[in-house]
Amino acid sequence: MKLLKLVPDNTNIKFLRWRVPFYTVSVLLMAASLALVFTKGLNLGVDFIGGQMIRVTFTKSVEAPVGQLRGEIEALGYGEPIIQRYGKPNEISIRMKLPAGADHDSGLSDKMARTITADIKAKHGDARVDGVDSVSGKVSGELWHSAVLSLGLAALAVAAYIWLRFEWQFGIGALFSLVHDVTLTLGMFAVTQLEFDLTIVAALLTLIGYSLNDTIVVYDRIRENLKKYRKMPMPELLDLSVNETLHRTLATSLSMLITLTALLLLGPGVIFGFTAAITLGIFVGTYSSIYMAAPILIWLKVTSKSFVPTDSALDKQERLARGEA
Amino acid sequence: MLEFPRWKVIWLWSLTLILAAAAIPSIASTMGYELPASLHAPKVNLGLDLAGGSHILLEADAAQVRQQRIEGMDESVRGKLKQANPDIRISDISNRDGALTFLVEDPSKVDAVREAILPLTNGAGLTGARDWKIDVVDGNRFVLTPTPEGIDLAVSQAMETAVEVVRKRIDALGTREPTIIRSGANRIVVQVPGLQDPQALKNLLGQTAKLEFKLVDTTALQSDIQRGIVPPGSEIVPYAAGKDGGPVGSIAVKRLGGIRGDQLTNAQVTNNQQTNEPQVAITFNTEGGARFAKLTTQNVNKPFAIILDGKVLSAPNINEPILGGSAVISGSFTTQAASNLAISLRSGALPVDLKVVEERTVGPDLGADSIRKGMIAMAVGTLALVAFILAVYGRFGAYACIALVFNVMMILGVMASIGTTLTLPGIAGFVLTIGAAVDANVLINERIREERHRGRRVFQAVETGYKEASRAIFDANITNVIAAMSMAAFGTGPVRGFAIVLLIGIATSVFTAVTLTRMWVAQWLRKARPTEIAL
Repeated sequence: MKLLKLVPDNTNIKFLRWRVPFYTVSVLLMAASLALVFTKGLNLGVDFIGGQMIRVTFTKSVEAPVGQLRGEIEALGYGEPIIQRYGKPNEISIRMKLPAGADHDSGLSDKMARTITADIKAKHGDARVDGVDSVSGKVSGELWHSAVLSLGLAALAVAAYIWLRFEWQFGIGALFSLVHDVTLTLGMFAVTQLEFDLTIVAALLTLIGYSLNDTIVVYDRIRENLKKYRKMPMPELLDLSVNETLHRTLATSLSMLITLTALLLLGPGVIFGFTAAITLGIFVGTYSSIYMAAPILIWLKVTSKSFVPTDSALDKQERLARGEA
Repeated sequence: MLEFPRWKVIWLWSLTLILAAAAIPSIASTMGYELPASLHAPKVNLGLDLAGGSHILLEADAAQVRQQRIEGMDESVRGKLKQANPDIRISDISNRDGALTFLVEDPSKVDAVREAILPLTNGAGLTGARDWKIDVVDGNRFVLTPTPEGIDLAVSQAMETAVEVVRKRIDALGTREPTIIRSGANRIVVQVPGLQDPQALKNLLGQTAKLEFKLVDTTALQSDIQRGIVPPGSEIVPYAAGKDGGPVGSIAVKRLGGIRGDQLTNAQVTNNQQTNEPQVAITFNTEGGARFAKLTTQNVNKPFAIILDGKVLSAPNINEPILGGSAVISGSFTTQAASNLAISLRSGALPVDLKVVEERTVGPDLGADSIRKGMIAMAVGTLALVAFILAVYGRFGAYACIALVFNVMMILGVMASIGTTLTLPGIAGFVLTIGAAVDANVLINERIREERHRGRRVFQAVETGYKEASRAIFDANITNVIAAMSMAAFGTGPVRGFAIVLLIGIATSVFTAVTLTRMWVAQWLRKARPTEIAL
């Protein structure tokens, strides 16, 4: 049986030749993402800003009557709703701010949920209420805090591990490509205004794991080649390492994309944002382990000597005694 | 690397098959077959997002516990000093502003007071800290402040009682399999699968059900009460908002000398035969009955107030001593409110008010829909993945795919055995684990191929391939463990559900993708002795 080859044997693509332009573009993209996150903002869900979210599916309609609903709910006098599709066009989430005083009397937010769902059911025969979430401001603040904490700690802990297993330059390289991946994904959430909730934090953590996986495979090969080819110039060595692992990179990324595409197209709408984030992460993560994690080693002056034990003071004395330089 | 003695083969296969078999009840259940209950086969629990139901997070007010402790201390100190012989007089007593303060009128008795109240304090925690701090300022003013350790201990004890009370009340509703657990210092998570309307539940849990009987201070003028002025030793309590025509406003009751309605053996809804309105009949236990009898005997022909959660339900006149140990509470209830009150009184009062700070309800259709779509997506994804792996890696890919099937079953098996819950993000965690497992095999196979290209013979190439690839696989999985641990430790809800699947998955995927495939490949190499392999 003839096996499928994703790239021909002995490919030698000069990835590192364009490292400066690629790096410039990536850094610009990161800056743009950050700017978008700060100006346009993330569409934070009730998990993080508190409030009430009602999920409704219009079982017999192709598309949910969003505009009409917006008017109807606003007429109920609880303020302006944020209505958004998630997953299929007939699945929507309606988000409301909690009524004033709800922090002391949860009966007020119950009453709002009841009024709204009753109104929707009365006016739309095929509306099915799939869930109601009410999160108080206090809890949402804590959720946000713990999300940021777990993201930050995860990133720092894995970078520390890589420093331990490789060298400090590799730790910085890995951390930088992580920041790159997370920033670009946040940028995507700012652009698309997909809802950013707790599951997206899980997606970002996964993305960190995946991107690192990729980075480690490339780094592992670089370390091996640094010991093997002591005289090879760094850019050439990095190119060799990336090319040697290229078939594996493609095979793994394609495997992940196959399962993720199935989940994206056929899976439940509730985790659409989650899968979308990870899918983007596969692309960004693969790219970053080649163009972010590798070239930084040149600039941080990694050489073949980085993995050779440095001379001890005793060796130096001995050499001096023998009259060597 | 390729040596597999018989004992090792048997051991690896037993582990694999036992864990994989543990998944069978869960898999059969999603396909609609249930194993007989007599087997007691554990199944993977489905989270509320998949099974539908209600999740409620309740929070206790720590400040309230503090105030209760100060008020309790107030009563104890007065009682203690009243008993002292000779009598010690104190004045200017205040339990406001987070501390209990009072003046000892005869400064020479300060030491005697200190001695008297010291036994009222206790040790708190293991650090040797006391639960109260006693200071004397200006020579004869006592300041008693509850210490943080004392408050923590009190909150912790209150929460233990609260969890029990909540459990009793939910059981009284007859809902099935509720999960009630403490969360953090002052919170309780309640999860009820299948519950669609949590309103009844929340009404029940929102009621503290602290019942008190206090004497009405008849000397207080209604005009003074309206202006907030009461005679010393009394307090103003508002009437509960009842139906129209009921009493409104507030009355003054005596702070001391009342009794609590917590010593009950039963509480039931009955109908008032005259007005046909629902009311709650309560039965005291022996001690409570005796105290109630004493209160009513000593105060015949005086009005007393029945107070529930700080609101007066009614203030009837005591016409004659009530000695039978039972009483009736009426207060213009609806049938639902009377029934809730009866349940609440039976289960005991909550030691502290609870309020809902988070609530999530998932409809059953969405959950079922999610499972169905999740299953379809996983099936299609897995088939496509298998086809891809077979096309790229041939025989070695087949081993990887078989390992993958065992991997999925082992994850489910472990989850069922240790009783974890599968949530929607958990399903996504599955997908990722599969990705990681495939990557391990990809790394190994790529390495074998490379080693062949460098001219190694088949056996050596396979051996080196597994050895060299293991390093990167190990590092990658350790970093994933680190990420998953920080998710499990600091994440909440969905994040944690995802992290648990990931952690189990990392362990099983390294086992199946590295150890099992290596065994299979080794056995094949020994049997077939190929000189050329397709990779």
